[in-house]
Amino acid sequence: VTVLGLDLGRLVQLVRKEARQTFRDPRALRVIFMAPILQLVIFGYAVTTDVKDAAMIVYDRDHTTESRELVQALTAGGYFRVASLAAKAEDLADALDHGRAIVALEIPRGFQGHLAAGGRASVQLLIDGTTSNTATVAQAYASQIILRFGQQHSPLVAQTAGTGAQGHGGTGLPGVDLRVRAWYNPNLESRVYNVPGVVCNLMMLMALLLTTLAVVRERELGTLEQLMVSPLTPGELIVGKTLPVVGIALVDLALITTVATLWFAIPLRGTLATLGLTSLAYIVCGLGIGLLISTVSSTTQEAFMTMFMFFLPAMIFSGFFFPVENMPVFFQYLTLLDPVRYYVEAVRAIFLKGAGLAVLWPDVLVLTLMGGGILWFAARRFHKTTA
Amino acid sequence: MTARLSAGRLWAMARKEWLHIRRDSRSLAMAFAVPAAMVVLFGYVITFDVRDIRMAVLDQSNTTQSRDLVDAFRSSGYFRVARQLTSDDQISPLLVRGTVRLVLVIPPDFARHLAAAEPAPVQALLDGGDANTASIAINYAQAIVTSYSATAVLKGVPLPVPIAVDSRVWYNEDLKSSSMIVPGLMAAIMMILSALLTSLTIAREWERGTMEQLAATPVHRLEVILGKLLPYLGIGAVDIVLVAVVGGVVFAVPFRGSPALLMVTGMLFLVGAQGLGMFISASAKSQFLATQLAMIVTFLPAMLLSGLMFDISSMPKVLQVISLVVPARYFIAATRGIFLKGVGLEVLWGQALGMLVFALAGLGLAVHAFRKEIV
Repeated sequence: VTVLGLDLGRLVQLVRKEARQTFRDPRALRVIFMAPILQLVIFGYAVTTDVKDAAMIVYDRDHTTESRELVQALTAGGYFRVASLAAKAEDLADALDHGRAIVALEIPRGFQGHLAAGGRASVQLLIDGTTSNTATVAQAYASQIILRFGQQHSPLVAQTAGTGAQGHGGTGLPGVDLRVRAWYNPNLESRVYNVPGVVCNLMMLMALLLTTLAVVRERELGTLEQLMVSPLTPGELIVGKTLPVVGIALVDLALITTVATLWFAIPLRGTLATLGLTSLAYIVCGLGIGLLISTVSSTTQEAFMTMFMFFLPAMIFSGFFFPVENMPVFFQYLTLLDPVRYYVEAVRAIFLKGAGLAVLWPDVLVLTLMGGGILWFAARRFHKTTA
Repeated sequence: MTARLSAGRLWAMARKEWLHIRRDSRSLAMAFAVPAAMVVLFGYVITFDVRDIRMAVLDQSNTTQSRDLVDAFRSSGYFRVARQLTSDDQISPLLVRGTVRLVLVIPPDFARHLAAAEPAPVQALLDGGDANTASIAINYAQAIVTSYSATAVLKGVPLPVPIAVDSRVWYNEDLKSSSMIVPGLMAAIMMILSALLTSLTIAREWERGTMEQLAATPVHRLEVILGKLLPYLGIGAVDIVLVAVVGGVVFAVPFRGSPALLMVTGMLFLVGAQGLGMFISASAKSQFLATQLAMIVTFLPAMLLSGLMFDISSMPKVLQVISLVVPARYFIAATRGIFLKGVGLEVLWGQALGMLVFALAGLGLAVHAFRKEIV
């Protein structure tokens, strides 16, 4: 039986051979199906940009109820914990140097007095800037909490507020009361956002590895020539080599989606059909790139390095770790060439926002065009390098 | 098998390995071009600074006060007002499509509440998907609103700011992401490089059948391991210098500590990482498995569990414990200490000890995995 110029009988034989070769090694089997799950679980937990329980050293020189209440206000939100108390000023620098604390708070003598008199009390905050993201967030949290504490404890503010401020919820203070509501992720957990991103990267890694190695291994062992002299047409060879990879990648997708939704309780608000379709286009991209890499590599080592040189920038430009819109403009344009970027965007929208094709069609279209183009180009090159 | 190590044989092994690397132009490129490219790429792209957040405004109050508030957002430099809305049902499509990240809703009675010195609620609707950007946006918005309230005249008296927070950032005064990333990147690059390159060297000998030949020669197994290690140690040393120079020249990352200490800890780390790579490759025996395992055991943990980008102290307890066996964690703490804090062994002895243990363990594992095969 022939479909699209491909002989189905020969194709099935090749797919069977590929499957047998892949699954013969039970360790390979474990790597293919267990590794993505394991990675998702570990990295799902690791990839968190929330600031929680940041270690703080406190040097309280005031020793009043107010100063203790201020420390309590800082720890109450769960953002900071008091790691140690300083007995002298040098302790603060020492704790930051050793990394025992990333925030140091000094409450000077007379803090309570200034506050009660309606004057300007002051506190000093030292922050370890070596991890700049944590430092930025910690600084903002601490300043906010201290500012609010001051407004609630200052007699001046109470005076200004008068009686009109009672019973409105919020800060209860006059002035603008900002009420924030975060959609899609009300508790602002970074995990909800990052786990779908991990899924995208694992899928790309799998598709690349399997395709590249399926071809390069044969070349290295010299069996690719044997395949070439068999009656298989180049088209059949490529389809036969990539079809099992599509199958494995889809099974992996199902596995990690299950883990993401059941274990991490990531909401899947969109439809499975949208996810499947988008993923298929993405997998084809991965296959094409893998095939392309295998045409320029003669050994596994070469293939692996080339793959790495592609995968690393692809991962960084995808916006998985760092939002594309924060990158310098030049790099933002560069990300348009990265298939992972479109998939990351789409997968996040499918999971969190329940977006369908009505919203995501541009991403899916780009992925399909990219996948088709790369696969076509890779197939042509493959033809030439093996013929 | 001879019991004593011979410098001559060791040298011959190292030369053979170096020839392998030199002949493979891609390995060489990997060894030198990739680290430099990674530093530049990461340095530019990885930024936690959030600016120009796209927002939309639904101003139902439409008064001088409400327009002032919007202006305060606009002039802050953190927000860019991309849309002015006229009704509620325009909000949802904007957030779903990701056209804007934040929608500010100012209700009709805003100016009246302000005039009466009452809390005047305004609503901020955020795309919470990206929790990190969202929380930063919330902080900016809160700060803008607070300072607006302070200047807005309430019953003729401005709202006072009772506590002044004198906040100072140490070691990385401008909170530059590149200063955080570049020193850490050194560890990630070393780890990836050694794991990738070395994990293949032994698996390749197995697959090509040259391992038997190697076993038939009088080379001692420790000589094989050390001989394979030496060329990569050289490459690693050059890479350390390369990263430090690129970081300093391109991103002005300060270098405050001792270069000697950096070199010593770097070498310890490399020995451990390469020992681990060889252990993987000696036990996997196939290049496919070796690459897969190297990826899982070294690359991803070095990127994600090491504190390079994600703070270890914010992770769940279990992962914090697991991260104790991720060697990159110690090296990253050491490089940040040396680059940014300018501290020496008196602070970093714990990290140095951790890497010494790692180096010995890596070497031991590699030699052990070898013993079973070459008798």
